Amino acid sequence: MKQYEYLAKQILAAYGIPIPAGRVVDNPLQAYQAVEAIGPAALKAQVLVGGRGKAGGIKFATTPEEAQKLAQDMLGMNLKGYIVERLYAEGKLNIEQELYVSVTTDRNAKAPLVMASLAGGMEIEDVADEQIVRRYVDPRVGVMPYFGREMASALGLTGTIFKEFADLIVKLYTIYHEKDAELVEINPLAVVNGHLVAADARLNIDDSAMFRHPEIEAIEEGSELEKKVHEIGLAYVELDGDIAVMANGAGMAMATLDAIEFFGGKPANFLDAGGGASVEPTAQALGVLVSMEPKVIFVNIFGGITRCDDVARAILQVKETIGIPVPLVVRLVGTNEAEGVRMLADSGIAAYSEMAEAAEEAVKLAGEGR
Amino acid sequence: MAILLTSQSRVIVQGMTGNQGRFHTGQMVAYGTQVVGGVSPGKAGQSVDGVPVFDTVRSAVAETKADASIVFVPAPFAKDAAFEAMENGIKLLVMIPEHIPVEDAIAIVTRAKDLGVVVIGPNTFGLISPGEKTKMGIMPNHIYKPGPVGVVARSGTLSYEIAFSLTNAGLGQTTVVGMGGDPVVGQTFVSVLEEFKRDPKTRVIVMVGEIGGSAEEEAAQHIKDLGKPVVAYLAGRAAPPGKRMGHAGAIIERGRGTLESKEKALTAAGATVVTMPWQVAQAVAGVLQ
Repeated sequence: MKQYEYLAKQILAAYGIPIPAGRVVDNPLQAYQAVEAIGPAALKAQVLVGGRGKAGGIKFATTPEEAQKLAQDMLGMNLKGYIVERLYAEGKLNIEQELYVSVTTDRNAKAPLVMASLAGGMEIEDVADEQIVRRYVDPRVGVMPYFGREMASALGLTGTIFKEFADLIVKLYTIYHEKDAELVEINPLAVVNGHLVAADARLNIDDSAMFRHPEIEAIEEGSELEKKVHEIGLAYVELDGDIAVMANGAGMAMATLDAIEFFGGKPANFLDAGGGASVEPTAQALGVLVSMEPKVIFVNIFGGITRCDDVARAILQVKETIGIPVPLVVRLVGTNEAEGVRMLADSGIAAYSEMAEAAEEAVKLAGEGR
Repeated sequence: MAILLTSQSRVIVQGMTGNQGRFHTGQMVAYGTQVVGGVSPGKAGQSVDGVPVFDTVRSAVAETKADASIVFVPAPFAKDAAFEAMENGIKLLVMIPEHIPVEDAIAIVTRAKDLGVVVIGPNTFGLISPGEKTKMGIMPNHIYKPGPVGVVARSGTLSYEIAFSLTNAGLGQTTVVGMGGDPVVGQTFVSVLEEFKRDPKTRVIVMVGEIGGSAEEEAAQHIKDLGKPVVAYLAGRAAPPGKRMGHAGAIIERGRGTLESKEKALTAAGATVVTMPWQVAQAVAGVLQ
């Protein structure tokens, strides 16, 4: 769950990490007032995409009038597919030096990883390995002040910045730990007037841990349709093809998309109806596919816990209520297969047993393929 | 023979009296698993399919000498259940729930390492050893049969698809292991490959991977020294970057975790890499000849 920059910064500030003066702005008048109060400022679009600056999502205003005019242009603009609804007006910094610091979860090490670099201001992927200091955190121990001092020392920091940096590492890890973050990153971590300031920040919260963070607002990413399907509790990703797909289980759903592309077709979506989905959610999921108005709908089920007769019931329910106005290809094998196949056959739907044949047929019906 | 789970394993079910726990206890008992007890706080004295229920893992272990546990409790309580099992001597721990916080998963696998506990999952379908007539998990019973193929997978239904195609081709399995779809899980492809290496009955290993992380790349480093052929199929060729494909761990992040990188590493290591699930059985038959 990604957080907007201004929310990330509010959390940093709450943990005692210095941030620049700033205000959230959602109309041009507020932009005017913000610059009146804090002086020359950057107006930053609050959208959850990287590379905002290059895409025109960050502009500088020196006067309140300029801020008002810029805000007028920026609010409502489309930035890489996201509509800008809020800006964050942030006081301009006279940056002397840019550092990088982050805490993230390392999947292979199965431990938190703290990274720091003197080469701040660019994406960490673009920084040479030897310029990055990496240290794993032993989850039994956590991050004590000495850990921060050792990282500051490894970076070659001295004096005031050494102390501030060491202190900041402890605070950053505390945020990672207490907020169940999967990433908390300050980049750049700026030196201004000889002190550290978090000039830009990213905070991603572990979706699975949201239940214990009522204080954090859930920000649903994605299109309206994606949000709608997520609300019924299913995993869904919109793609740009025209064969709508439903499968049970994440791996099967991925393999189904791969199969469609293998035969030269283009999948319209990823939809995991769940490893053990019953009639109702399966029917809801199918209803979503119908609403997408695809060329073909392809349902690929390997019934393990999911029962084929339940899937057949869901399909028939959708057919009888909202209707399925496009060609439907069903592949159905596994638990209660005979029953499910018979139910579909009675309604004129022939089910396939081989995934390859079914995928090829779906592509053919969409008028695509080799 | 088999790996990790044998007919000797004495299994308890944590969360046995819930819907899932109850249903799958029945399925496991039917398959032949030695389910010796269940744990549901406040339900001691009840039974499920003839298996006694206890209030705590401590009392269940004392009474039944269980050495393995399968956890069905809801994700927010899973860490507590896992620690309860580990602190009471359980050595094989299968974590079925999805949506366990990553920090909890880290705590569980860290403690498991200290205590020498094997953790399968979280977010797994479990593991099954057909030749031993035993399973700890939620997979359907009828799609497996005993034989020489070891299978290790990240995904449930996709592994069912592949196991069933092997079974239909007359290629049975020693053990099928589900590592789990979460970012942090107890096993790696490497750790499971090492187990299969030591199992004399396993003659060929099938890896079912997917986009995200670098577990497949790490496995590739070990395949060269395995002494057994590996057939790999990976899902997610059509997945766009930056999107979670159902599994919390199935995501291409900042250019990492792509299928190309994984297939390249596995091919270079000498694995037979196929591009579609229905090609696996034929490839396995090929390398067995």
